[in-house]
Amino acid sequence: MSEVIALTDIRRVFTMGDQQFEALKGVSYSISAGEFVAIMGASGSGKSTCMNILGCLDRPTSGQYLLDGLDVGAMNTNQLADIRNKKLGFVFQGFNLLARTPAVENVELPLVYAGLHSRERREKALAAMQQVGLAGKENNHPSQLSGGQQQRVAIARALVNNPAVILADEPTGNLDSSTTAEIMSLFTTLNKQGITIIMVTHEHDVAAYAGRQITFRDGNIIGDTK
Amino acid sequence: MDFLQTVKIALRALRTNKMRSFLTMLGIIIGIASVIAMMAVGSGASYVISQQIASIGSNIILVIPGSTTSGGLRTGSGGAQTLTSDDVKAIMAECPSVDLASGTVRSSGQVVYGNMNWSTVIMGGTPELFEIREWGIANGRGITQQDVDGAVKVCLLGQTVADNLFGSADPVGNIVRIKKIPFTVIGVLERKGQSPQGTDQDDTLFVPLRTAQRNLVRSQHTNNVGALIVKAKSKELLTKAEEEINSLLNQRHRITGGKEPDFSTRNLSEILAVAEQSSKAMSLLLGAVASISLIVGGIGIMNIMLVSVTERTREIGIRMAIGAKKNDILLQFMTEAVLLTMLGGLIGIALGAGGAMVVSRMLEWPTLISFQSISIAFVFSGAVGIFFGFYPARKAAGLNPIDALRYE
Repeated sequence: MSEVIALTDIRRVFTMGDQQFEALKGVSYSISAGEFVAIMGASGSGKSTCMNILGCLDRPTSGQYLLDGLDVGAMNTNQLADIRNKKLGFVFQGFNLLARTPAVENVELPLVYAGLHSRERREKALAAMQQVGLAGKENNHPSQLSGGQQQRVAIARALVNNPAVILADEPTGNLDSSTTAEIMSLFTTLNKQGITIIMVTHEHDVAAYAGRQITFRDGNIIGDTK
Repeated sequence: MDFLQTVKIALRALRTNKMRSFLTMLGIIIGIASVIAMMAVGSGASYVISQQIASIGSNIILVIPGSTTSGGLRTGSGGAQTLTSDDVKAIMAECPSVDLASGTVRSSGQVVYGNMNWSTVIMGGTPELFEIREWGIANGRGITQQDVDGAVKVCLLGQTVADNLFGSADPVGNIVRIKKIPFTVIGVLERKGQSPQGTDQDDTLFVPLRTAQRNLVRSQHTNNVGALIVKAKSKELLTKAEEEINSLLNQRHRITGGKEPDFSTRNLSEILAVAEQSSKAMSLLLGAVASISLIVGGIGIMNIMLVSVTERTREIGIRMAIGAKKNDILLQFMTEAVLLTMLGGLIGIALGAGGAMVVSRMLEWPTLISFQSISIAFVFSGAVGIFFGFYPARKAAGLNPIDALRYE
């Protein structure tokens, strides 16, 4: 299988005043298309920093990051925005939907920035909502939806652009156990349809849904079940 | 990202905080409304002045007799009767910059027709008078040189006099009595309206100069005229004509050395030009005050936009994570600010136009709302939005997506 993500000796150093903190100390791994990976670790282990770099929200201090064969490290902020828009889908812990905006328009949002016309946007958004089991909730505002439904909207938004990878940052952190199971089985289903998923979590039972677990500690990988 | 979508997003953001959007707009609304109203009132004023200038006639010089002293009592200006019809002839003949001149006499008295009567100003003049004042005949005929030479008892009515004596009937051919002397009405003058001093110019009756000198004015010499009205050949020659008249009359009246002249000249256009200029300066001043309120309104917009950017930091983070570029965010917040000010501008234009209409109704003061002032106000309100919206929008676009997403 082809490699969707290839990290080589990634370092990330934060400078605060005259203090330097190395959040990632030379991390290398690769993820193939169709994998479902859980990135684990305690807070401060570097997993969130790694996630930000994977999500093209942050750039490594050194090292090479190939996403779908593209060297992301060499890109400027506008190109990175384009990559986030076309290659990546984000699912956050706090759902991060736009309030006072109907669910379907939340799902459409990435397509708005991709420059699609409204009819095409609506078609794709409705298909994505169908895929996550939210048909009929198109016009509900986030405040009218349960936590699980909101997270489904967020997943639909991540899916709508047909991304190479879906990045989920603690996707079940704000959900109760039954909803967690629901969302995780949705991820599993999507993964079976061939979608690559990378998920950050600190809960072992959630990580167990993934086919592969990568564990971080103090900026290094200490375990990879591959 | 297409523009329509940007506008849609901006409108939704403005709708979310309706009260706040309205209060923010209020500064612009008041600013634009006052600009529009001030400009309307100001250009109405200069319109009135230019109308009045036109109603007097152009390039006019008045020659007024000076004061006399009799028994230690000085009469006011115009009290003496020092000007004669011969002065008029001399001016016409010897002043090259003068186009036309007419002597006038002025009296007032009761005019009677049937059982109607009306007190009005009675003017004696020559045919040139009407040419100088650019005053046409609405009905009937004007005063001719023959009328003047023969001292014929005919008269021309101003519209106000005609209305008051004859109502809607045609006065031409009827006999009216002026100071108990019968006069035939030969015509009615066109309506002239108010003079710059605010008097009704149509409340007058004209008779041939010599008729007036003989029958209506008590004076030592029937050749005397009350005042001279002179038209210069052009605007440029106005001052020159005035000088020529002054030197000619000084010579004719033997005014030399320290002797006080027994006449004075007045250049009406000059006075009116000054009046027009002061009204322009006034509207400029009002405009400046209004612009200051617009700037204050703009600062209000900037303030609220900054608050809005802070409040929506998380939204900005989401949009950036999902693929919004810096420019998309910049454009979105700029659009919001410009929409806010343009909407305020439109409301302000409506309010200002309405206010100007109320002013013109209540104070009977004409107001002019030009397309130009409306478009200037509209463009200006947009410009205020761009200017004061840029800083907050740039601040939003410069946010780091990671920090923005984590913002609580």
